Amino acid sequence: MKVYLDNNATTMIDPEAYELMLPFLSDKFGNPNSLHSYGSETHPALRTAMDQLYACINAKDSDDIIVTSCATESNNWVLKGIYIDKILKGDKKRIVTTTVEHPAIGATCTFLESIGVEVTRIDVNEEGVITGDDLRRVMSDDVALVSVMWANNETGMIFPIKELASIAHEFGALFHTDAVQAMGKISVNVRDADVDFLSFSAHKFHGPKGVGGLYIKDSMPLTSLLHGGEHMGGRRSGTLNVAGIVAMGKALENATKFIKYEESHVRRLRDKLEDALLALPEVTVVGQKEHRVPNTILASIKGVEGEAMLWDLNQAGIAASTGSACASEDLESNPIMEAIGADSELAHTALRLSLSRFNTEVEIDYAIEKIKNAVTRLRAISSSYAYAPDWHKSGL
Amino acid sequence: MAKGNLISGNIWDEYSQKVQDAMNHPKNMGEITEEQAEAMGCTLIIADHGAESCGDAVRLYWAVENGTEIIKDAKFKSFGCGTAIASSDYMAELCKGKTVDEAVKITNIDVEKAMRDTPETPAVPPQKMHCSVMAYDVIKAAAASYKGVDPEHFEDEIIVCECARVSLGTIKEVIRLNDLKTVEEITQYTKAGAFCKSCIKPGGHEKKEYYLVDILAETRAEMEAERMQAVANAKVSGSGLESDLSFEELTVVKQLKAIEAVIDEHIRPMLVMDGGNMEILDIKKDDESGKIDVYIRYLGACSGCASGATGTLYAIENILQENLSPNIRVLPV
Repeated sequence: MKVYLDNNATTMIDPEAYELMLPFLSDKFGNPNSLHSYGSETHPALRTAMDQLYACINAKDSDDIIVTSCATESNNWVLKGIYIDKILKGDKKRIVTTTVEHPAIGATCTFLESIGVEVTRIDVNEEGVITGDDLRRVMSDDVALVSVMWANNETGMIFPIKELASIAHEFGALFHTDAVQAMGKISVNVRDADVDFLSFSAHKFHGPKGVGGLYIKDSMPLTSLLHGGEHMGGRRSGTLNVAGIVAMGKALENATKFIKYEESHVRRLRDKLEDALLALPEVTVVGQKEHRVPNTILASIKGVEGEAMLWDLNQAGIAASTGSACASEDLESNPIMEAIGADSELAHTALRLSLSRFNTEVEIDYAIEKIKNAVTRLRAISSSYAYAPDWHKSGL
Repeated sequence: MAKGNLISGNIWDEYSQKVQDAMNHPKNMGEITEEQAEAMGCTLIIADHGAESCGDAVRLYWAVENGTEIIKDAKFKSFGCGTAIASSDYMAELCKGKTVDEAVKITNIDVEKAMRDTPETPAVPPQKMHCSVMAYDVIKAAAASYKGVDPEHFEDEIIVCECARVSLGTIKEVIRLNDLKTVEEITQYTKAGAFCKSCIKPGGHEKKEYYLVDILAETRAEMEAERMQAVANAKVSGSGLESDLSFEELTVVKQLKAIEAVIDEHIRPMLVMDGGNMEILDIKKDDESGKIDVYIRYLGACSGCASGATGTLYAIENILQENLSPNIRVLPV
């Protein structure tokens, strides 16, 4: 059996979205900007997709949702655009963010610092989030932009976006949220949250890879990063990815319809898996269940190195993820575990399991069994357990 | 960056079959008890290296035969990734049958080579070489425990590149002997920096105490300072150059002084006697021929003299060549 539990990395494509893409990869290949019928016949599906995107996040007609290649591009656009529009012109000088943002924010901030921008990074608390008070403490009138993720990719912890946006606005700053891990998992309502910018990627909510978006409140000016054409109202040049956009619209519409299902069915399966993990000795999970998106578990399994765990799970057909040093080119341990002050021993034992609405009960039961087997085997090898209690020798 | 590196692969695809087998079924995983060691007529040694907080930790058990110092059995426990587990397994295997003194000579390179499926194909991807280093270090710890000495007893050099086991002393020496100017050249000569690349410069996937870029810069700066000191110490006079340096190694200023001194003593008096003189205009190295061109101008009676381009010129050139360098070429302007 193969079980995919790495949905925070990417998701399988929604079959309905996939079907909708196909004509635009074959006979309906026209460039939407062309004046002939080949171009024109793409327009109805593109308009439908845009309607779906606007409806799903409750954007107003006066807002812009610009289709980009992914959330990384959207995040870069906001940060660098604000630098050009506000900081370079001397209106404001600072960007405020957190220590646990995705590298699309973190590394872009580091780049901006290298050219003289002041960046304030707020440490998260032991639950892995920042509070309104944390933000208020670092705010002043010199802040151009506050950028805080809606939900964390590793822990699934949900940030209080509405409150944070309101505090940013009190100080005259704009507010951006990287909503990549929230879209399709929980309700994302830009009017209610009152955010100025919001980034997303289609492949995180069962859309295709290579397409995403940036919401811009009230069509606010933001210097473009890509010039050279009149696409997307002149705001983002580049021939439209018609198939991708059409599929993204449908995928988000379906994901939004399934949010209740995420809250019930997916959450129940996630909790079942989590409870089984926690029943093992010396396993911890980061963050309270009710404050997380319904699909995510970040567990730490004492004595079991992250990549070794992935190896065993992969052999059993289970796809998971780890922030463990050895699993990536960067040998530092899982950054979110470090950020929340977790014991550095635990930081090397992080295992991320992320579900989707396509996971079944049978799959979760299978995963529980295989995870237990892997923990038993690896703890028997582990030097950390060389003189540990004998529980692992007697089986779980 | 080039075509082959633009889309990264799965590191597991680069593990040898031996690494994969050892990860799945490590033969030497386990413990040796006091009773088991005693039954074999051995002393039990237990050594630890690394820590779970660092991401890698290994415990090594040796049963060392009393009297012969032969390691009759070796077992391990390991907290680490697949490579770390496989390396530990092979390291334990390599220890068996060796004396403690022989075992202490096993390096991580030996461990990595033992895990290769074919002699020319690395057993693990470059960034995983560091995982075999731990295996090397824990042997040192076990030997130190057996002999009752500090593990540093076996490590008399600072190791800069742990993957290739290249010491600070070796790197400095190679830079000096071969006049190396780039990190790429250091890697070509020593293999330092060829594997996980952490030792090349800060910002790699492991923090290091020494980086090749710094060692290169410092060694080049030392070499330059020593050269300048030697230049400063070089004595020039009419009888030529008294220095360990060749004329070519001097600065242009020193070269000028040396030429002036030789001209003053051997050439100028002769020219002045005939109502003439000369001056040096410039000194340039001709990269193509390797010659050092000395541009001169005749003064007084010498200017316009027919032998200025023949006999006098050859005399000046010969005297400078004899006293300073056969590479000198004199060009009248």
